Amino acid sequence: MADVNRGDRPLSPHIEIYKPQITWVPSIVHRVTGVGLTVGLVLLVWWFFAAATGPEAFATADWFLSTWFGQLILLGSAWALCYHTLNGIRHLFWDAGYGFDLANASASAWAVIIGSVVLTGLLWVVA
Amino acid sequence: MSIKTPMNRVLGLGSAKSGTEHWWAQRISSVALVPLTILFLFPFLSALGGGYEAVRAAYASPFNALVAILFIAVNFLHLQQGLQVVIEDYVHEKRSRTVMMFCNTLLCGLLGAAGVFAIAKLSFGA
Repeated sequence: MADVNRGDRPLSPHIEIYKPQITWVPSIVHRVTGVGLTVGLVLLVWWFFAAATGPEAFATADWFLSTWFGQLILLGSAWALCYHTLNGIRHLFWDAGYGFDLANASASAWAVIIGSVVLTGLLWVVA
Repeated sequence: MSIKTPMNRVLGLGSAKSGTEHWWAQRISSVALVPLTILFLFPFLSALGGGYEAVRAAYASPFNALVAILFIAVNFLHLQQGLQVVIEDYVHEKRSRTVMMFCNTLLCGLLGAAGVFAIAKLSFGA
């Protein structure tokens, strides 16, 4: 890649220049939630590791989750998980060749957005 | 500066040296994560906030422990795959790209192993 001379061709404009649209916003949010879920996963490993270590270590991890910062990460991770899972299923349908036309893609995008918020609320009530 | 012709570059699959394998592997881990996530959440959410004894009790069940182990393992595989694509898309400088790819694989492997080990120890009786 790096050694290929691409000359002085103009670069295409990047996302900050486009008007937010239902076709591309969910796409970049999928990537952001995917990267963001790293935090939740690391926290989960810490939680399990603490539980395997003993009651005192677990109390520390449990205390962190009960702080406002811990709760914020939990809520953010819950929503990111719901969104990334639902939108991931949407992508899998596309990969299989279904629902890629504009009308269906827009409808499923809204379904994913609303669904992720509803699902997060449900998880929060259950937990 | 490469002296390869454009045709040669295409036939040699460019600098990636591979085609659709990575994309396909990502789909497989995605599909696996859908049922694993649902199965993982039930015991996890009931144990979360229930204290040490509740967590031990939840993962004393071999089924819950196995689901949790697979959930962690496949998640870190999927994370490694996803972060790799992000690095490939945004990091163009060769040295930093190589270092980030290296760290990505290493850290995902390490954290995944730590999670799997922790759940196994928790389940077998700490």
